[in-house]
Amino acid sequence: MYVVVSLAILVTMVLALVRALRGPSVYDRVLAVNMFGTKTALLLAVIAFLFERPDFLDLALAYALINLVGVLAVLEFIQSKPRKAEAADLD
Amino acid sequence: MIELVLDILSWVLLCTGGAFVLIGGIGALRLPGFYTRLHAASLTETMATILIFAGMILQAGLSLAAIKLFAIMVFLLLTAPTASYALANAALQSGLRPVAQREGEDA
Repeated sequence: MYVVVSLAILVTMVLALVRALRGPSVYDRVLAVNMFGTKTALLLAVIAFLFERPDFLDLALAYALINLVGVLAVLEFIQSKPRKAEAADLD
Repeated sequence: MIELVLDILSWVLLCTGGAFVLIGGIGALRLPGFYTRLHAASLTETMATILIFAGMILQAGLSLAAIKLFAIMVFLLLTAPTASYALANAALQSGLRPVAQREGEDA
């Protein structure tokens, strides 16, 4: 049962990677990478039950935390660029 | 008897969650435009997370693993919509228009 769910998550991670490589805009890439990170936490939680090793749940929690921080940092970087360009135009 | 019912219930939840993950992944790859893709990806981050973690909590029963699973679920449910909102807000402020609106401007 867990094998089916983990396979579904793995296929979705591959699809997200394809979108991250093909994405026309930078936001598509950030979206795909964010989705990949969330699916990683999900996959780790499922693997903890698949191999019956509860330690993996802590790894899943840590991955979820790191993913949020990474995405917010990238977004701050993207969002601050057009603002600076506008300010330069106004000057 | 109760264990059998819990098993079947958790299997149904896990399978539905896996289906949602797959549908969201295909949608994130195939849909046109950034905002529709964001919609498909958000589906996997909320609905599938709830379903899969609910199924695993039913399998874990009353134990430390269930508490950890619940903590991870609550955390993912708090952060994934926040990241989606921040992403959509950044895209909108940078001037990326939805597909329908862009076609309306062309016509």
